Amino acid sequence: MNDFSDAFWAALRLLADLDPDLLEIVALSLSVSLSATGIAALIGLPLGAAVALIRFPGRRAITIFLNAMMGLPPVVVGLVVYMMLSRAGPLGELGLLFTPTAMVIAQCILITPIVAALTRQTVSDLNEEYEEHLRSLGADTTQRIATLLWDGRFRLLTAVLAGFGRAVAEVGAVLIVGGNIQHSTRVMTTTIALETSKGNLAFALGLGLVLVTVAASVNATVTVITDAASRRYG
Amino acid sequence: MRQAGATVESLRRRERGDGTRPPHPLLPLTVRGLGFWAGERWILKDVSFHLPDATRTVILGPNGAGKSVLLRLCHGLLRPGTGTISWGGLTPQNAASGQALVAQRPVLLRRSVKGNILHALKVRHLPRAQRAERVRATLALAGLEHLKDRPARTLSGGEQQRVTLARAWALRPNVLMLDEPTSSLDPGATRGVEELIRAVDAAGTKIIMTTHDISQGRRLANDVLFLHQGRLIEHAPAGEFFAAPSAPAAAQFIRGELPF
Repeated sequence: MNDFSDAFWAALRLLADLDPDLLEIVALSLSVSLSATGIAALIGLPLGAAVALIRFPGRRAITIFLNAMMGLPPVVVGLVVYMMLSRAGPLGELGLLFTPTAMVIAQCILITPIVAALTRQTVSDLNEEYEEHLRSLGADTTQRIATLLWDGRFRLLTAVLAGFGRAVAEVGAVLIVGGNIQHSTRVMTTTIALETSKGNLAFALGLGLVLVTVAASVNATVTVITDAASRRYG
Repeated sequence: MRQAGATVESLRRRERGDGTRPPHPLLPLTVRGLGFWAGERWILKDVSFHLPDATRTVILGPNGAGKSVLLRLCHGLLRPGTGTISWGGLTPQNAASGQALVAQRPVLLRRSVKGNILHALKVRHLPRAQRAERVRATLALAGLEHLKDRPARTLSGGEQQRVTLARAWALRPNVLMLDEPTSSLDPGATRGVEELIRAVDAAGTKIIMTTHDISQGRRLANDVLFLHQGRLIEHAPAGEFFAAPSAPAAAQFIRGELPF
């Protein structure tokens, strides 16, 4: 028990002192996960909207596929990206393995299906309500997609935040493709795993506190946005 | 002879002044042998009628008579199973851009009242420069200026239906279709909506509305299409219809004897 409270106070001191090693890791973590989330949103939002609104053969299969991919195991994503990027792999020449870029790619693959599937659901629900009005107005496909994305903006923002929450807390994929290299590819989750196994509980706990705060604020933000939006727009 | 630059509106306004019938680009509406079925079940069968004038036509009948389906077929939202619909020679799909629909339950976007109207104008490609003035005039007509920045979906039921009507009127349609526009409103809100319908009518717009409410039919109809069990039973001027309906089912309905 003493160990634990010692580690806790040491962790708080690291945070209070703005320990540079710790800050570096937090910064890389956020920049990797935010980049992955940004790219996932750019792909997932229009993809989800298109699957919801455009009728084409195989649409149902894609819907099922996206929903199934929401539960991708991170280590498997890591393994696949590793095989693609490793020297012998098809993208080996790019030399991306064990770089932050590789980590962005892995997280992006992990969360794009989440953003797309949640977007599809949101847009499809909204479309059920708006369809007749938009058809009566004579809206074309672009106008329909734009209308539904804008009117679903708050729910879509929560979809994107859900993707970010998953990316920032994930450990398996970034560990495999990033390699957890000091001053290069260490993020919060992988460092916590490493430092814990080395017995450096203070450092692990300090990062743990930051990670919990980030994850909790993301979820709190989602709740606040959803509440405010439904109160304001009904 | 068609004058260059003369809009339907300006023609309409000028000719209303001296009391003559305005020319209407989408009339007459001619429906011939119209049928529609969902799966195995007929919703409408062999419906034919001819509406030559820009008057208020009320499609009356009990629930389930096929009123909403008839309206949606005329607006091009549904395709006929049999028969034809002609809007002054145009198909419903081609005529739809000159029409607007107000549904039974208001479909309002998650935007302000003003935002809802602007969105409709944008989708119908009204030039940007004209939008602000159109919104202003519409809000004024509908008496909604004080609500213009309110999120539309937080308004009361009556206000919401007035917003959907204003939004439809903002498009300056040649034909305004309303599907049971007041069926979920209280008498006060109903009066507000009916006043607005009259104002739109006064501008020369063809009004076609469905209702199962006989007294609303009496208040608003110039002519009545009485539907029962998917068939058009009677088409008559409102005065004649309500005084002495010729079809037994219509008489029963007016006496309130037809099970809804």
